[in-house]
Amino acid sequence: MLNLISAVAAAGGAAAVGPPETHCKTGTKMTDSKYFTTTKKGEIFELKAELNSDKKEKKKEAVKKVIASMTVGKDVSALFPDVVNCMQTDNLELKKLVYLYLMNYAKSQPDMAIMAVNTFVKDCEDPNPLIRALAVRTMGCIRVDKITEYLCEPLRKCLKDEDPYVRKTAAVCVAKLHDINAQLVEDQGFLDTLKDLISDSNPMVVANAVAALSEIAESHPSSNLLDLNPQSINKLLTALNECTEWGQIFILDCLANYMPKDDREAQSICERVTPRLSHANSAVVLSAVKVLMKFMEMLSKDLDYYGTLLKKLAPPLVTLLSAEPELQYVALRNINLIVQKRPEILKHEMKVFFVKYNDPIYVKLEKLDIMIRLASQANIAQVLAELKEYATEVDVDFVRKAVRAIGRCAIKVEQSAERCVSTLLDLIQTKVNYVVQEAIVVIKDIFRKYPNKYESVIATLCENLDSLDEPEARAAMIWIVGEYAERIDNADELLESFLEGFHDESTQVQLQLLTAIVKLFLKKPTETQELVQQVLSLATQDSDNPDLRDRGYIYWRLLSTDPVAAKEVVLAEKPLISEETDLIEPTLLDELICYIGTLASVYHKPPSAFVEGSRGVVHKSLPPRTGSSESAESPDAAPAGVQPSEQPAVIPTQGDLLGDLLNLDLGPPVSGPPIAASSVQMGAVDLLGGGLDSLMGGTGFAAPSTVVPANLGAPLGSGLGDLFDLTGGVGTLSGSYVAPKSVWLPAMKAKGLEISGTFSRQVGSISMDLLLTNKALQVMSDFAIQFNRNSFGLAPAAPLQVHTPLAPNQSVEISLPLNTVGSVMKMDPLNNLQVAVKNNIDVFYFSTLYPLHILFVEDGKMERQMFLATWKDIPNENEAQFQIKECPLSADAVSNKLQGSNIFTIAKRNVEGQDMLYQSLKLTNGIWVLAELRIQPGNSSFTDLELSLKCRAPEVSQHIYQAYETILKN
Amino acid sequence: MIHSLFLINCSGDIFLEKHWKSVVSQSVCDYFFEAQEKAVDVENVPPVISTPHHYLISIYRDKIFFVSVIQTEVPPLFVIEFLHRVADTFQDYFGECSETAIKDNVVIVYELLEEMLDNGFPLATESNILKELIKPPTILRSVVNSITGSSNVGETLPTGQLSNIPWRRAGVKYTNNEAYFDVIEEIDAIIDKSGSTVFAEIQGVIDSCIKLSGMPDLSLSFMNPRLLDDVSFHPCIRFKRWESERVLSFIPPDGNFRLISYRVSSQNLVAIPVYVKHMISFKENSSSGRFDVTIGPKQNMGKTVEGVVMTVHMPKAVLNMNLTASQGSYTFDPVTKVLTWDVGKITPQKLPNLKGIVNLQSGAPKPEENPSLNIQFKIQQLAISGLKVNRLDMYGEKYKPFKGVKYLTKAGKFQVRT
Repeated sequence: MLNLISAVAAAGGAAAVGPPETHCKTGTKMTDSKYFTTTKKGEIFELKAELNSDKKEKKKEAVKKVIASMTVGKDVSALFPDVVNCMQTDNLELKKLVYLYLMNYAKSQPDMAIMAVNTFVKDCEDPNPLIRALAVRTMGCIRVDKITEYLCEPLRKCLKDEDPYVRKTAAVCVAKLHDINAQLVEDQGFLDTLKDLISDSNPMVVANAVAALSEIAESHPSSNLLDLNPQSINKLLTALNECTEWGQIFILDCLANYMPKDDREAQSICERVTPRLSHANSAVVLSAVKVLMKFMEMLSKDLDYYGTLLKKLAPPLVTLLSAEPELQYVALRNINLIVQKRPEILKHEMKVFFVKYNDPIYVKLEKLDIMIRLASQANIAQVLAELKEYATEVDVDFVRKAVRAIGRCAIKVEQSAERCVSTLLDLIQTKVNYVVQEAIVVIKDIFRKYPNKYESVIATLCENLDSLDEPEARAAMIWIVGEYAERIDNADELLESFLEGFHDESTQVQLQLLTAIVKLFLKKPTETQELVQQVLSLATQDSDNPDLRDRGYIYWRLLSTDPVAAKEVVLAEKPLISEETDLIEPTLLDELICYIGTLASVYHKPPSAFVEGSRGVVHKSLPPRTGSSESAESPDAAPAGVQPSEQPAVIPTQGDLLGDLLNLDLGPPVSGPPIAASSVQMGAVDLLGGGLDSLMGGTGFAAPSTVVPANLGAPLGSGLGDLFDLTGGVGTLSGSYVAPKSVWLPAMKAKGLEISGTFSRQVGSISMDLLLTNKALQVMSDFAIQFNRNSFGLAPAAPLQVHTPLAPNQSVEISLPLNTVGSVMKMDPLNNLQVAVKNNIDVFYFSTLYPLHILFVEDGKMERQMFLATWKDIPNENEAQFQIKECPLSADAVSNKLQGSNIFTIAKRNVEGQDMLYQSLKLTNGIWVLAELRIQPGNSSFTDLELSLKCRAPEVSQHIYQAYETILKN
Repeated sequence: MIHSLFLINCSGDIFLEKHWKSVVSQSVCDYFFEAQEKAVDVENVPPVISTPHHYLISIYRDKIFFVSVIQTEVPPLFVIEFLHRVADTFQDYFGECSETAIKDNVVIVYELLEEMLDNGFPLATESNILKELIKPPTILRSVVNSITGSSNVGETLPTGQLSNIPWRRAGVKYTNNEAYFDVIEEIDAIIDKSGSTVFAEIQGVIDSCIKLSGMPDLSLSFMNPRLLDDVSFHPCIRFKRWESERVLSFIPPDGNFRLISYRVSSQNLVAIPVYVKHMISFKENSSSGRFDVTIGPKQNMGKTVEGVVMTVHMPKAVLNMNLTASQGSYTFDPVTKVLTWDVGKITPQKLPNLKGIVNLQSGAPKPEENPSLNIQFKIQQLAISGLKVNRLDMYGEKYKPFKGVKYLTKAGKFQVRT
């Protein structure tokens, strides 16, 4: 029976109707089993006769039998023409059944399916809107290419139907059709019709249009289908109040993608979305929370409304926790993000996260996580009491996590550390094996955080040495013994006992044991010489593990050459461990906040990291806060040629980061005379290599010597060109326009290192002028810089030289010479430059946009004849027109100003009172750009300049225009 | 959007599948079975599972897993809410949401699923509309259908679907016009060893049964609406009116529905109607322990506490229990280690007590964990938060309806730690 059912289900597909228990049902109870009675030979023939019967009832029974046979996997496709004949009926149920049949067999019988088209077309004009809607709905489900073409006309009609029920069904049908044949949908202009439906008068139509567009947009991330403006937003907000709960979810998710233009607009949207927080459907609530969390970012914290909104957000989030466990789980994953972003929302709601013993395990673990995030001095006593309670529960995973949580509380809330330690000691006394092991692991962290404070407990820990059987716990215990060897009388015995089974231990334990014994030796050299020799030989001679061998050799060398240095290295003071180790990185958190309520929020990963194919790497970001004190930090003046909205951004996600790292060209940048520079370059590479290496897992770092020659071939030509540039550009010593410095990497994103800078071009050489400021409390040194591959091959021509370490609150100005011989990769936007900066603390990444005029070379003046020929030669499609607004300069002034930045005027004409300037420029990669500039002299009311650009690579035009504008306006 | 749905029973058989787009092979469920195996307990299967090409979002209801397959980034809550709605609809149509009920009505199930989603987008999920489209099965109707050949599919366009009140059908007619409201409150609480409250809150709902002809416009007001500060509303309620006047004003759906659900959490407002005195101890190095539990009334506002049932998950080492109950009866399941004590009504004069000996496996160490006591109870004619309905007014229709309000307090997740 069961086999039969699964066979049915598999065969039935979209229209499967599984057979209920055929054996036990008879006439007394009317179930659907009657259609599954066993059949004799010639059944198809019988059915055929019945289908063609004159009696309506007989016909319908026959169709039901056909459907039933179909679902048990019998091939009834031979009846196709007969069934399709039944399609023309007034009986709705019969029609539905025939449609079911069609959906199933159309694919296998495309030629016959065309027979049905006529009926569809007819049904789409039926006076009954239910039939029209049903027809258009079914049409979309027939996934046969041949048919889809015929269905465009009826669909177009239905999209404009007078009945909203038909329109909303047709909207979904566009999404279905797009799934089958995207090109057809675009060609037929259905997308535009769909966009029009967003302004439909019926809220359900609006909601379905939004839903369909969102689904289509997901497969076309760049298509900009849901281009929202204040008017459409207003329509969506109106529809929001009146459509069904599901429609509300689609609309809210769509709203969340909108970027309000200012804080006032953000507030008004928030006000209209807030009532959704009281909806009974939790998905509506969470989508509303997403919109509010995102737009709140734009509101000033001093605003009364901000506080009100914070208060309003708490109750609905708590209410989600009283729903079914599956809903709770998703809610908790999202709350986890929300409390990291805005802990103030739920800080008084700690108790709702207390665990009930019959919660499913996935809910328990999430609640525990949030409890720790909310733990503070005010509530720590309560939290600890709860955690201690959990540590005696039955579920092992949960108990472990609870013990760990106690340790995390100790590290997070300093005042509670003592209480946490004594709680942990209590738990160790229970002697429950896994509790003891977890406790020891967290106590190690507590020692790291509060050195020389709780060492009195070591004795208790040592008592439990024998019961430890998990690598992590053993490693932790060994670390403790090694670290405090001078206080543990029998440390050598303890460590020796571990050494016996050295080869059976896991790597983690082996490494820890090696280090611990070396520490012990450095502390008590006299009595432990034998031990250390034993461990060193075990590690270096008998081990296959390269990590272990390497570490063993390093220690051996250190100890044999310079014991004093060894002491300094091995017993160095350790940096304090950070407060919370498992916080989500802020930029990722900001992105995830934009994905509240989606799968991304459940996995805590951006969709690009896991959604199949990751079609669109469209990163969402929180809107910048406006009108608040925080905006003071962001630069007022963006670099030249950069629109204000594109402020320097730290490269966003982890997923991205990895990609960028791998793209980073590690080969040394080659400067003018390559041989002379190479030794210096090596240094720079090494510096960076160290940092990047560890991030990349040790791959991708090519030895410099092999990379140099590879890079040499190509750049030589342009290097010579550069030399010529030098001579050619002697006359223009003044150099081109330099924008004021702006902040590229804010201190808060780079552990205290703030970098601001700008680009300049002087006498044929490009340089990046940097101002490094140390806003951290520790000295910074060992600076190095590297660029990612970029559109014009910009690369540092020399290492970043900061001669003295940078003390806190000190700044240093550096001019980094650049060349354009690095590897080339087209970026978007074209002038995007991704930069990695390393110092002794970490490696940081940021991206910035450089003004294109730094790439205008000094020999960019074209011969007149050449200019004319080239202008004609370049096809007209490549011509781009721009307007430079309000530039009250005369033709000569313009010409002079542009000449300074290597834009050369070749000819000047006066046509009908207007000055026409013909200009040329050349980019470092040899691309010529020709320009025609129209100026109306002496007309103070009309000061706009008209610029036409022609270039063989039209994508640069936009940036050239920006360069023009920047130069002329400064 | 939602791509496919599989229904799986507890023994791991896929007994129904439905696809709204292309067909997804059943083998995708293997990932689900894998997770199920890992989770040991059916309740512990994670609701969101990712597979190389799909995501599986599931709920567990009435011993059936509803496993949906999705392919694109979809809000998981949306899917979970929808799946619960499907289960609710089956419950509504067939009286129970069980494997047999679904198999017996497989054609209706398919018709329902077809109507509820179109291409993965929810289409009609309101029971009022669905019932107009697809008539629920009754024995009478199926007999009549089989004789006359009429169908259980509606012939007309469901009227509510297009109006501004999609939850109500037009042309409702009753001879007796009635409106009933049940105010039901559940107390969720954790009581610690010493008897003090660690956490307590009230989850309240107002369930309504409205059988009124025409288009009635109701407003329901409370004596103390200020109690309600965290409320979720049925879409029919006018939010503005509530914001300004604290009155529930609405045109109701026809039949049974949940009007509002609310939460009262301020600690001082939550009265705890029972207390538990307990003594559960296991002796070191002996295979027995003692068990002694007494339940008594506390803050019960003068009402009787009834339907009291205590369930305890005893530690694994417990072999058997030898107890005497002063009232009611108890059972102990030696396989699941669950002790259930059906107490009944609490009379303050003679407090119910259950005590005796616990037998442990010989040689097993003394159990570390202390069992939590799970208590259920009911108090009729009382909303423990003190919420009281003031009056119900009806506009828009001429007749005089019969009105009724019932109050009930129950234990929700009420746990006493020992």
